[in-house]
Amino acid sequence: MIGGLFIYNHKGEVLISRVYRDDIGKGPFPNCFHKVGCTESYRMRNAVDAFRVNVIHARQQVRSPVTNIARTSFFHVKRSNIWLAAVTKQNVNAAMVFEFLYKMCDVMTAYFGKISEENIKNNFVLIYELLDEILDFGYPQNSETGALKTFITQTGIKSQSKEEQSQITSQVTGQIGWRREGIKYRRNELFLDVLESVNLLMSPQGQVLSAHVSGRVVMKSYLSGMPECKFGMNDKIVIDKQGKGGATEEQSIAIDDCTFHQCVRLSKFDAERSISFIPPDGECELMRYRTTKDIILPFRVIPLVREVGRTKLEVKVVIKSNFKPSLLAQKIEVRIPTPLNTSGVQVICMKGKAKYKASENAIVWKIKRMAGMKESQISAEIELLPTNDKKKWARPPISMNFEVPFAPSGLKVRYLKVFEPKLNYSDHDVIKWVRYIGRSGIYETRC
Amino acid sequence: MTDSKYFTTTKKGEIFELKAELNSDKKEKKKEAVKKVIASMTVGKDVSALFPDVVNCMQTDNLELKKLVYLYLMNYAKSQPDMAIMAVNTFVKDCEDANPLIRALAVRTMGCIRVDKITEYLCEPLRKCLKDEDPYVRKTAAVCVAKLHDINAQLVEDQGFLDTLKDLISDSNPMVVANAVAALSEIAESHPNSNLLDLNPQSINKLLTALNECTEWGQIFILDCLANYTPRDDRESQSICERVTPRLSHANSAVVLSAVKVLMKFMEMLPKDLDYYSTLLKKLAPPLVTLLSAEPELQYVALRNINLIVQKRPEILKHEMKVFFVKYNDPIYVKLEKLDIMIRLASQANIAQVLAELKEYATEVDVDFVRKAVRAIGRCAIKVEQSAERCVSTLLDLIQTKVNYVVQEAIVVIKDIFRKYPNKYESVIATLCENLDSLDEPEARAAMIWIVGEYAERIDNADELLESFLEGFHDESTQVQLQLLTAIVKLFLKKPTETQELVQQVLSLATQDSDNPDLRDRGYIYWRLLSTDPVAAKEVVLAEKPLISEETDLIEPTLLEELICHIGTLASVYHKPPSAFVEGSRGVMHKRLPARTGSGESTESPDVGAAGGSAPEAAPSIIPSQGDLLGDLLNLDMAPPTTSGPPPPSTGMQMGGMDLLGGGLDSLMGDESEPLGGDIGGSPAMGAGFGAAPAVMPASLNAPVGGGLGDLFDLGGVGMPMGAYIPPKIVWLPAMKAKGLEISGTFARRAGVIQMELILTNKAMSVMTDFAIQFNRNSFGLAPAGPLQVLTPLGPNQTIEVSLPLSTVGPVMKMDPLNNLQVAVKNNIDVFYFSCQYPISMLFVEDGKMERQVFLATWKDIPNDNESQFQIKDCHLNSDAASSKLQGSNIFTIAKRTVEGQDMLYMSIKLSNGIWVLAELRVQAGNPNYTISLKCRAPEVSQCVFQCYEAVLKN
Repeated sequence: MIGGLFIYNHKGEVLISRVYRDDIGKGPFPNCFHKVGCTESYRMRNAVDAFRVNVIHARQQVRSPVTNIARTSFFHVKRSNIWLAAVTKQNVNAAMVFEFLYKMCDVMTAYFGKISEENIKNNFVLIYELLDEILDFGYPQNSETGALKTFITQTGIKSQSKEEQSQITSQVTGQIGWRREGIKYRRNELFLDVLESVNLLMSPQGQVLSAHVSGRVVMKSYLSGMPECKFGMNDKIVIDKQGKGGATEEQSIAIDDCTFHQCVRLSKFDAERSISFIPPDGECELMRYRTTKDIILPFRVIPLVREVGRTKLEVKVVIKSNFKPSLLAQKIEVRIPTPLNTSGVQVICMKGKAKYKASENAIVWKIKRMAGMKESQISAEIELLPTNDKKKWARPPISMNFEVPFAPSGLKVRYLKVFEPKLNYSDHDVIKWVRYIGRSGIYETRC
Repeated sequence: MTDSKYFTTTKKGEIFELKAELNSDKKEKKKEAVKKVIASMTVGKDVSALFPDVVNCMQTDNLELKKLVYLYLMNYAKSQPDMAIMAVNTFVKDCEDANPLIRALAVRTMGCIRVDKITEYLCEPLRKCLKDEDPYVRKTAAVCVAKLHDINAQLVEDQGFLDTLKDLISDSNPMVVANAVAALSEIAESHPNSNLLDLNPQSINKLLTALNECTEWGQIFILDCLANYTPRDDRESQSICERVTPRLSHANSAVVLSAVKVLMKFMEMLPKDLDYYSTLLKKLAPPLVTLLSAEPELQYVALRNINLIVQKRPEILKHEMKVFFVKYNDPIYVKLEKLDIMIRLASQANIAQVLAELKEYATEVDVDFVRKAVRAIGRCAIKVEQSAERCVSTLLDLIQTKVNYVVQEAIVVIKDIFRKYPNKYESVIATLCENLDSLDEPEARAAMIWIVGEYAERIDNADELLESFLEGFHDESTQVQLQLLTAIVKLFLKKPTETQELVQQVLSLATQDSDNPDLRDRGYIYWRLLSTDPVAAKEVVLAEKPLISEETDLIEPTLLEELICHIGTLASVYHKPPSAFVEGSRGVMHKRLPARTGSGESTESPDVGAAGGSAPEAAPSIIPSQGDLLGDLLNLDMAPPTTSGPPPPSTGMQMGGMDLLGGGLDSLMGDESEPLGGDIGGSPAMGAGFGAAPAVMPASLNAPVGGGLGDLFDLGGVGMPMGAYIPPKIVWLPAMKAKGLEISGTFARRAGVIQMELILTNKAMSVMTDFAIQFNRNSFGLAPAGPLQVLTPLGPNQTIEVSLPLSTVGPVMKMDPLNNLQVAVKNNIDVFYFSCQYPISMLFVEDGKMERQVFLATWKDIPNDNESQFQIKDCHLNSDAASSKLQGSNIFTIAKRTVEGQDMLYMSIKLSNGIWVLAELRVQAGNPNYTISLKCRAPEVSQCVFQCYEAVLKN
């Protein structure tokens, strides 16, 4: 299991170091010189230094998130310029270690916001306390923020009554570790966001090389008690199973795969394909899904690049919006890469604003809003400096960003029912909001 | 709150100040001080001197302060064991606290203090906590057992904690179960043979129930533990699989991967014809694809695992090629792994797409990635034959880009394509040669040199090209040097006339001017090979190359099986067994996939036997490198070449294989490519050729190359064959004995057919008709191949010549003498019997020329007892004439050498029944008596063979 966890700043200085197992100190690590016979805690620093020397200060780009130095394995993730590294000497579950590191980041963010050197230094006592709680002898323990916040508060827990204490412990260890009992709201309300990112890779000729939607259903719930919820969507398998009885006009979608928050009863989903759960209080990501069939591609990019001699490029890009005219896409941005030896760019666009950004080696064309079934165009002349560089310009793809008010996968929420048998509110009393947002993921057209 | 200030105190005398603050009366100040201490500890300052002062702060109501002190204790207790004892009382007290959080905190911290004295005190509180009413305390205590075991395993066993831990597997709280499973699994790992976990259907059932209820981490512990279980039969296996599959929809990738591990393992036991089996296969693909939308680090772990899964069960992801297409902003480690999987999934169905992608990648920025993409194009060509042409043209396009590393990588892969599809794409060689100058990496240079050497005959200026490399021979890397040496030797063997100097130059560079033993040895071997036996050299150096395998980098099947059992873990990321990177006894236990069981009627499928599953079972053929060939050569009993100079000359000729190789064959002649004998007319140059050879011989000892050359040019000079020897006809059956029928005849071998030539004379008064002939069983199974063709009646005093083709497929019986044949001839008058003897040379077949090496080996192999020596007297032929004469009767000369004026001819004969006879004929100039030694596994034939020699040579 995890032998130790270190947090470094970008310079490789240690901000947090928590060692769970002695074995990780036993080098010998190359490039780390320490006095012979130094104390235990000092030997532990060998591992700390080994990571700094071999990974953070490494000359080349990081070639793997897992590094083995002197039979010691280092897993790292980076958040802005903070490095989190888990260290082990054993054959641990690698996927689990990374999942834990992400979770650790989530927990820290939930407690003190952005993960930055400043925030970590300001909260180091809290972080140690968290690390003590969510990782025991290197085994990840309950790391749901909702539960943790009930007893790791930085104010001491002396004040708690005996009842509260046992409530905490049963929640931390219990079957519903993500929700505490006795939550009360005057107004029972829930918000569902269907957030999709649509990914596309298109050939210059307009052929779809790959396209998929990865979607998330995010739920914000302010419900009293321990509400039993049931979520329904236009899943093809469910609709087909219900057969002719249901509304047939409803478009159903084929979901390639989906994963659920741990509150969802997976065995029930496996057997009946119904999604039932007791939600955590507040915000949670209920499910993630992926579809590849019948995706509505909101925009089509048609590039035309012509090399005029060795020192000039002509670029013309047309974008077409492909959705109901009544809907509006927002935050549209087209990024047209330019060669490194660009000396000047002249742009003409029909709509929006376009600028050549030398520092990003790209022409960025922004359009605030665009209705469906419209078309717009940009043309640019790129002057190039003559170079004797033999290497051809790699022509990175043209990428696009946008936001549309529908789900490109076609997913529709059919219902979300709430039952709370112990309290006197019914499904009808709950105010429910549903919103669909489709965003561009990696939406690229090669040119 | 600005705790960051604690990081900035770097004043001198800091420790002293801290000490004062720690002993302050004010609680706030104390807490501040402890925080400072912890901050110092974090950045690596030694604050162990403050131990007693910090421990004094332990007795506090403030939980935050308490936790800080505990943190300090965990860090320094081991360096101050005596002081640490001071803390014990507080711990023990805290273990009894009313607040379960404090009880758990105490037992958790105590387990982290690795001091023997403290662990003794830990036992009692731990025992209580394991049975605590609060699940939070129990789950903490469960892990504490593992901690204690790590410090003092004996103590844990003596105190009976293991049993308590086992009981916790049945706990009502799922998290307690999960932690107990984790602790037991870890303890069990260090006791490979203990039956600690004692997995049985009942306990498995409990685990599966807990699986539905515990946290994501707990699910991972339980799934990893389940993976170690081996179900009793396929039904149990299926029912576990059914209960594990819902986990594939979990948001936590580690849960998914651990579930995949369990399924991959238990699937082995399911009969393949089961519906459930194919359902399961289908269920596995989507979650694996979903893993690719996780964060990049997890994608990397997933891809490394998918790489294994694809090798084990290619069918799972065969339709999912697209998801492995590289995205522009994937981190490089994800890109490289995706590329690997793309190659594995490439097939005829998707090759067009894959190639289009690979071509894109080859224009990217990252050098490693581009190289790998180019290499992947080559792999595709080799894997999917239909795509080879497109791959080659893609590679040529890439070469045109003139991007240095792309060109080099392309040349390396084109070499492999040439190997795989010989005589198909060599037209591109010209393009490759254009880029010769830009190659600066050893591998590419070596590949190019290989191509030039291999196709020397097609490249007009091959010698110039290789010569240009030779100029900087000593600056090249070993790889290039070795390849250059081989290539020039190849060139020489192909175009001997123009390249003598070159080969001599490279041999001397390799043997005399190099310090590299590999190079020197290879140089000597070539040198010696060329000088002793250029024909053999040709066979060795230009040997047909084994096929190149389709798949590369396949993980060896047993390792693959083991790694499948470690899906999700570091082993699967490194693609190495745990023993390769884990110290001590942990994880060294090798895991294996379960075998398919034979229980139940449904398992009677034909596949049951193949427990290996559907993985590519045929081990891919391995391409031996040039080095291997040389290795084999060296295994012959060859006198090791000395480094001081050319190999020592061997003298004289003794019997024995080693000598045969060492010196006996110095002046071997002939060449496979020009078959000796046949109907070719004699070559007038032949005599001269032979005359020259002995003269060159002595020189060859000092200048092996020159000597070798002399021999090479004498190729195929032997000839002047005559037809096979046919003995004169003799009377086999006198008329007196056969009522007037006289039969005389002989045997001949014409165009590979044995014929009995008969003259039938009717000396009687009446007409003879209805002739027929039959043979008695004989030594070599001779039998008439057709009826005796006497169509017209044979009148008195008439004579008829009949030729009867014989076959050698008749019944066999050993006769005495061996070549005796009993014949019965029937006509309208009677049946007559006679016996005759055929020359055994009738049975010598045309393909009796033995390979030289085989000859050597066979000669060595046949025991000396089987050797017989004969003298042939009064024969006035020289050795060459003898040789060609013998050749007419299918006695083939394989080699000739001259020692002290005596010519030695080595010959081979093959009988129609497959018996080989090896002969050594010694001809002394001016002495009419020849000596012949015959060696044969069936020594009985020797006498007959000798008679043939005599007959052939004297007529």
